[in-house]
Amino acid sequence: MTRYVRRFSRTERVLHWANALGFFTLLASGLILYLPSLAVLIGRSPLVKDVHFWSGIGWVALLVLVLLVGDRRGMLRTARELDRFDVDDARWLLGRRPAPQGRFNAGQKLNAALTAAFTLLFLMSGLLLWLGERDTRFRFASTVILHDGLMYAALALLVGHLYLAVIHPATRHALRGITVGTVSEEWARRHHGKWKPE
Amino acid sequence: MSDSPPPPTSPPLEGSRVGRGVFLATALGGLTSLWWGRSVWSRISGAISPVESLIPLIPNGGWRIYTVSGSLPSFDPASWRLELAGAVERPVALDYRQLLALPKAEQVSTFHCVTGWTVRDVAWGGVRIRDVLAQVKPQPGVRALRFLSAEHPYGDYLTLGQASLPDVMLAYEMDGKPLTRAHGAPLRLVIPDMYGYKNVKWLKRIELVAHEGSGYWEQLGYDQNAWVGRSNGYRM
Repeated sequence: MTRYVRRFSRTERVLHWANALGFFTLLASGLILYLPSLAVLIGRSPLVKDVHFWSGIGWVALLVLVLLVGDRRGMLRTARELDRFDVDDARWLLGRRPAPQGRFNAGQKLNAALTAAFTLLFLMSGLLLWLGERDTRFRFASTVILHDGLMYAALALLVGHLYLAVIHPATRHALRGITVGTVSEEWARRHHGKWKPE
Repeated sequence: MSDSPPPPTSPPLEGSRVGRGVFLATALGGLTSLWWGRSVWSRISGAISPVESLIPLIPNGGWRIYTVSGSLPSFDPASWRLELAGAVERPVALDYRQLLALPKAEQVSTFHCVTGWTVRDVAWGGVRIRDVLAQVKPQPGVRALRFLSAEHPYGDYLTLGQASLPDVMLAYEMDGKPLTRAHGAPLRLVIPDMYGYKNVKWLKRIELVAHEGSGYWEQLGYDQNAWVGRSNGYRM
């Protein structure tokens, strides 16, 4: 009989999937605008542009809403957990073992910090692109380069994330945690030795 | 939404606050890149351009396709005409073969978009505007040209002075091949000294007029004279 322990709260899971939904909508509509071959194939560029803009607004609004309605105190605790890197995290990042990890490993903490920063920068550069089309005071020569560069960086993170979550045999059990909330106790002990599930 | 109430006393967390450091450094780096991003990118993209063409994800040569209507105009060589109209004694419509029969001009120039991207060394083939205008007899008082796109309602204006700059042309070839649909087939205006929104694609009509009017983007607040580096909020 496999015993399961709770790894992610409902707020954490809803936040994760709200973020995923927004990101994929924005990636799809953004690529249609960005890639000439898709732009020609699909056309309807003003409509796609509107979809992209409003999904961006909706994405950030949804994230804020989830945080406001959800378990705020729990999320603050999660943020503090993600913030701290101890000696074992440093060892883990350098590939040294053993390096027992907490509920989040060092790579997940880095991913969280980068994803949060990217979200902020996506929002800011996207708004600047939108405003710059309306008022030259908001126009910077590098806005479009920042927005595109973020896309490449976020895409690279996403590919790594999807590989570990869906394909890599040792880690893909984590997908269960972010969907239903629980992971097997045995897996938790092996991958997150320092984590004491409640 | 809480299904895991916090324990009454959380143990103090150990370790240093690397997470917020990474977050702040990334956010700050991204923010300041509004000032340094372009010059760094132009250096990198110059260096990796052979690689770029191998990666399907990167748009070919740095072009992006901007349109203002729902679909791209399509080109039918049999029915396509370039109309020369406005203040002329007799309007003329050139078909595609007549256009190609005009003296051919070629040039290599750089294309700048007002949103910040640039495509260097584009090889254009086409006709000079004076050779096209030679097909009609202008009435006195003509001082500007109106360029109308098949993509309704896109259009823009140039003064006669701007239109006769030496590297202004009506291009029907790009990089050695007939202009593709995405780039404005069969004919587009090319004026390298001005941002892309002045370089009207899918050209179907040129009107000789007494005064410049406002083009599509000018009506939305962009500068009438879209000089690269000296307009639309940019300074050299």
